[in-house]
Amino acid sequence: MALRGDWVYENNGGTCVAIAGSDYCVVAADTRLSVGYSIHTRDYSKICNLCDLLFPADKCVLASSGFQGDMKALQKNLAAKHLVSVHLLHIYQHQHNKQMSCPAMARLLSNTLYYKRFFPYYTFNILGGLDNEGKGCVYTYDAVGSYERVGYSCQGTGGALIMPVLDNQLKSPSPLLLPARDAVTPLSESEAVDLVKDVFASATERDIYTVRFPIFFFFQFLAFCESDIFPTQQHAYSSRVLNDPNEYDPLIGFRLSYRIMHK
Amino acid sequence: MEKARVDLPPKGGFSFDLCRRNEMLTKKGLQLPGFRKTGTTIVGLIFEDGVILGADTRATEGPIVADKNCEKIHYMAPNIYCCGAGTAADTEAVTDMVSSQLQLHRYATRRESRVITALTLLKSHLFSYQGHVSAALVLGGVDITGPHLHTVYPHGSTDTLPFATMGSGSLAAMAVFESKYKEGLTREDGIQLVGEAICSGIFNDLGSGSNVDVCVITKGKTDYLRNHQLPNPRTYISSRGYSFDRGHTEVLSTKITPLKLKAEVVENDAMEE
Repeated sequence: MALRGDWVYENNGGTCVAIAGSDYCVVAADTRLSVGYSIHTRDYSKICNLCDLLFPADKCVLASSGFQGDMKALQKNLAAKHLVSVHLLHIYQHQHNKQMSCPAMARLLSNTLYYKRFFPYYTFNILGGLDNEGKGCVYTYDAVGSYERVGYSCQGTGGALIMPVLDNQLKSPSPLLLPARDAVTPLSESEAVDLVKDVFASATERDIYTVRFPIFFFFQFLAFCESDIFPTQQHAYSSRVLNDPNEYDPLIGFRLSYRIMHK
Repeated sequence: MEKARVDLPPKGGFSFDLCRRNEMLTKKGLQLPGFRKTGTTIVGLIFEDGVILGADTRATEGPIVADKNCEKIHYMAPNIYCCGAGTAADTEAVTDMVSSQLQLHRYATRRESRVITALTLLKSHLFSYQGHVSAALVLGGVDITGPHLHTVYPHGSTDTLPFATMGSGSLAAMAVFESKYKEGLTREDGIQLVGEAICSGIFNDLGSGSNVDVCVITKGKTDYLRNHQLPNPRTYISSRGYSFDRGHTEVLSTKITPLKLKAEVVENDAMEE
């Protein structure tokens, strides 16, 4: 498999951004799938919360770009290992009687990617959520499972355009410093959302695969805001999904799809 | 005679000196740099009083937008304009060259240029380079014989049409023309239809984007409507704004060298006398 000559992948483009704060995490992605100069769809969510509808409130979400077929396969694989209640395969939840924490999911994702080292999932992932202490956390990956906990990250076709702006604005301390400093950003949640909107608006102007299209195009924001440790039961959260047409944001010019989770 | 031809320097055209070297390097695995391709939507149509040309304004280099507001409708003569798709350098060079030839021809004949003249000059040049000059053009103009619209392909073949599209967004634009074009459109309806066709390319073809340029050519009058439509304004501006702290780049050493003034002031008493 490793030496197969034919290229079996496609890059469907798109960009994901995640920023971790002291008690929140913002994960955003554009929603277009394209190949070459053609658009497949303007409305495909690159963000997956690795749960089914019975458990919409999760501790972390996965944002991926790359090849849509592999994105879907990877999400299914992770969700199956995580819980997948309808199929009675509560692998993790069944054994531990709780949902997987974000750091645990981060390791699981790394192992899942490295398992296919020689026929990789052609996906570029960011895992965002809250850690066991309720702090925002972002894990960033390459296609074969190398990963790192960071304060912010971006992946995808617009990643190279956005990353320097995040570096400048968010100034993460070096991971080599002793004693270790917190990687989370000093911004408030609204400031972080504002920054994310702005970097997307800029990236759409220079990257043909990152999209801004009034009405048809939405960002997806995911913000968990709760400093308490997550309780294990889903009903303890109020989950707000902002993706109906009434949530059209006139400033940004397109419909937004948010999910904000509160205790 | 044969020897003399070999020794003479070339009169013009391209130098192919490095072609064999480049071929050898490519075989050894060297990646040659790409060209700026105007992944493009360009269109033209004939209406009741003349010709309308339209173009988007995005220039790309691979997946990156190189120019958000470039000009793709090129001047050929006061009564002839030409939209270009393909490699930006080629479309510009070929239209500039032909427009210069047309100007000289007008000086010699003292008559308005004809569209067919421009077309012949373009196609003979493109044919002689066998498609290596990658310029796909929509040529339009009004001359003594009436309005004319042509498409020119990179290999030198041409079409004569009542409505035409070219570039990566040509299918999106042609879909609009095929469903809505009719003969004898008014000026307003023509501009509207051209704008719609270009917008179709801008929104559905990733190689096209930004704004709509339009050029209306009628008998004795040409209107170049630069940025006729702006369908892609900036969507969001940070309310907070940005501040960039000083000291992001560390200054390692500073040395100031003053400019030496060598000018000598010559006192001129002649004026006072």
